[in-house]
Amino acid sequence: MNSKYEAVIGLEVHAQLLTETKLFCGCSTKFGNPPNTNVCPICLGHPGVLPVLNKKAVEYAVLMGLATNCRINEKSVFARKNYFYPDLPKGYQISQYDLPVCEAGHIDVDLSDGSTKRLGITRIHLEEDAGKSIHDQAFETLVDVNRCGVPLIEIVSEPDMRSAEEAYQYLSKIKQIVQYLSICDGNMEEGSLRCDANISVRLKGETKLGTKTEIKNMNSFKNVEKALNYEIERQIELIEDGGKVIQETLLWNADLNIASPMRGKEEAHDYRYFPEPDLMPVIVSNDWVKEISENLPELPEARKQRFTSEYKLPTYDADILTSSRDLADYYEEVAKVTADYKSASNWIMGDILKVVNETKTSIKDFSIKPVQLGKLINLINNNTISGKIAKDVFPFMLKEGKDPEVIVKEKNLVQITDSSAIESAIQKILNNNPNEVEQYLSGKEKVFGFLVGQVMRETKGKANPKAVNDILKESLEAKRK
Amino acid sequence: MLNYKNHQEKLEKIKSGEISLSENVKHFLKNIEANKKLNAFNFVFSEDALKDAELIETKIKSSSSCGKLAGMVIAIKDVLALKDKPLTCSSKILKDFVSLYNATAINKLKEQDAIIIGKTSCDEFAMGSSNENSAFGPVLNPVDPSRVPGGSSGGSAVAVASECCDAALGTDTGGSIRQPAAFCGVFGLKPTYGRVSRFGLTAFASSFDSIGPFTNNVEDASLILEVISGKDCLDSTSADIPVPDFQKLLDDVNLASGDYNGKPRIGIPKEYFGQGLNPEIRESIENLIGKLKTSGFEVKEISLPHTEYSIATYYILTTAEASSNLARYDGARYGYRSSESHNLKQMYTLSRSEGFGKEVKRRIMLGTYVLSAGYYDAYYKKAQKVRRLLKNDFDNAFSEVDLILTPTTPSTAFKIGEKSSDPLEMYLNDIYTTSANLAGIPGINIPIATSSEGLPIGLQLMANQFNETALLKMSYYIQKNLL
Repeated sequence: MNSKYEAVIGLEVHAQLLTETKLFCGCSTKFGNPPNTNVCPICLGHPGVLPVLNKKAVEYAVLMGLATNCRINEKSVFARKNYFYPDLPKGYQISQYDLPVCEAGHIDVDLSDGSTKRLGITRIHLEEDAGKSIHDQAFETLVDVNRCGVPLIEIVSEPDMRSAEEAYQYLSKIKQIVQYLSICDGNMEEGSLRCDANISVRLKGETKLGTKTEIKNMNSFKNVEKALNYEIERQIELIEDGGKVIQETLLWNADLNIASPMRGKEEAHDYRYFPEPDLMPVIVSNDWVKEISENLPELPEARKQRFTSEYKLPTYDADILTSSRDLADYYEEVAKVTADYKSASNWIMGDILKVVNETKTSIKDFSIKPVQLGKLINLINNNTISGKIAKDVFPFMLKEGKDPEVIVKEKNLVQITDSSAIESAIQKILNNNPNEVEQYLSGKEKVFGFLVGQVMRETKGKANPKAVNDILKESLEAKRK
Repeated sequence: MLNYKNHQEKLEKIKSGEISLSENVKHFLKNIEANKKLNAFNFVFSEDALKDAELIETKIKSSSSCGKLAGMVIAIKDVLALKDKPLTCSSKILKDFVSLYNATAINKLKEQDAIIIGKTSCDEFAMGSSNENSAFGPVLNPVDPSRVPGGSSGGSAVAVASECCDAALGTDTGGSIRQPAAFCGVFGLKPTYGRVSRFGLTAFASSFDSIGPFTNNVEDASLILEVISGKDCLDSTSADIPVPDFQKLLDDVNLASGDYNGKPRIGIPKEYFGQGLNPEIRESIENLIGKLKTSGFEVKEISLPHTEYSIATYYILTTAEASSNLARYDGARYGYRSSESHNLKQMYTLSRSEGFGKEVKRRIMLGTYVLSAGYYDAYYKKAQKVRRLLKNDFDNAFSEVDLILTPTTPSTAFKIGEKSSDPLEMYLNDIYTTSANLAGIPGINIPIATSSEGLPIGLQLMANQFNETALLKMSYYIQKNLL
């Protein structure tokens, strides 16, 4: 970014709530069912139907408000947003307008320069999702109404972000929080988390806002950062060349890495909002807020702090382990079985996350259960197996799902700690390798490693490596005299 | 002529064998056929009604208990959803639409063993005061077929007045039950907003719409109201307020002695007796007021000072809600789609232009306008404030009186075509009825007299929210003692 300028970015994030049923009817919210099967006269907008509010969705919105330090409005009001589109059966979307359920919150994000920045949240409101129009079929356009009426919260930020990085961190934090709260699965690729951005640029020190553009259709975290950087650069170049930014909506094209003006949809839509007469105002009493807040889980920031104090983990480890609630849960399950917290952290951040990422599985469904990992670490620490053997046991656990001690027994991998057994193996190797012994004694101590390897091979890797080291050294030194 | 005076008597006579329910239904079907030219029905369910009659007659005669409305033959306005039957709202845009479900009020009728004989015509989407705005043609007044029956529930009023059924359900957004009841000379009750679930009532103006009965007597109106009322988990705006046994309450009115324990105080709002009120109607109403005074009722003049704003307020708010409620009829998923449309915009504009009638389009445009950016505050928002003032008027009035008595309409039934070219004059026909919808209070039309031309004259009683009890008891008293 041209250092004379700064960007001003605000994000509107839509999160699909993980309720069993839709916001205003009893239809399933299940993703991936055949088109137009999760429907009823209510979500199809048949004549005479009325919406009935799903209480769970209100709870989820309040949870999000509490987790982001918002004020929970005792009274909020649904409003109709009127526009015509084939995937909007009623011709209006039931949303909230001047009285949303939550207002005036904030979250803190960590930035790459080590600083922390507080970013404001203007409001969080509840609304229903629209259906899906499918344009690329043999027919002209098909409509799938399954998604129609699925509950969403829209989280609107203050225009507090000054770079694509800050926006990225904000979005990551929002995703982390909704996942911690188990109110949204946070999957941008599948559209359960969606993000639109408002962007303008201005000279540093300027207090007035520049003309903004809106970017839509950024359906991955990577795309959000790319699209924002693209648009910031575009606006700066435009201004530097003496041009003016036009207020417009742009669509991000992830294939071409460009944002182009949205076509076919009128700008400056008049949505004719008015209070939804079919629904009573939503009343969230203090008692209800209290009840909901009792279900508020430990949030990422607090959990991270606790991981450093309770498990004495470095901040780096705590950061990664608490990045998702499932991963942190996994870690804590392991920590219940073994007191070697750092090893547990190392195993998870290393071997386990590697497999999870490679196989694109979720840690929740991971074939090695936390108890099993804990047991594996304990087998190392009580000298039943070596760390090296443990690395061999791991793939078997992964494949067979068996407990580590069962695998160790089946494969006869119990460590040899009996020093006489190790001594006789060493004796045999020294006898078989007189040249190497000679070299060692003449000062070429590099061959020590070779000899250790030979001993380990002789014991099929089961010898305690430290014992092998000690006894081998002793035996060799003894030959010097 | 029917050989029973109300449903209670009908039921007793069926039990005793004096009346055959099947014959009774056949009699109604014959009358429907004979009155076909009145055009009251959009659909008649002869086979279903006859089948139901047989089943329900057996049920009534057997020892097993039968429903409160067992054997009552009811017609329903074609804006109410009846499963597997057409739901047209008298509009071309829903000409071939079939409902997948029952309205809650209809379910309740059926649970109490009522017989649904057919669906009645109305003004398209319940928008009108003359029943001339129907895609199926105008409905005629049985008293004088050159005149309108009133609207929008004209078909329901005509069905009852011409003896095609025992009772009918209509809907009332600004007088659509009371006004046609007055024009046709039957009882028409608009309950408190929220008393009866709106689930399955095709919305015109959601914060105004109420479902209520047309009947030949107060007893049947009370009975039907009792059955269709109550909190419904499918309608968030339905009230969780106990439903009284309205019929039983009527017994409180001691008719033999002409006594009425705890006599209600009656208010006469001066604003309802100004210019534009037909002198014959004024005379009839004043006549009745005189009788009430003679009977020892406390009658006093009251003021509802914001009355003059009611029509303007009503037409801003109802059209705003209607413009949104009717957006779903767009040709995309169901209903009429223009065969001329070749792209999305054409599908919308042509389907809606061809599918909706003139009055509906006028109201959609009005409503769209008052909600538009730049006009919202001046129209919609201001009208909401005036609605609150009108409600306050009634709150004040009901601190002084228990009931408010007014004419139902400023004129008797007018000639077909007489007002259809002038929407403003047509709208003014609702001048005495819209206030009850703006305030959400109940109102009833009581047929009290006929004009020199032989046309029915109606009296309106209004009560405070959820005080249908006072309304029905007083109506019953008038029906029994003063008519």
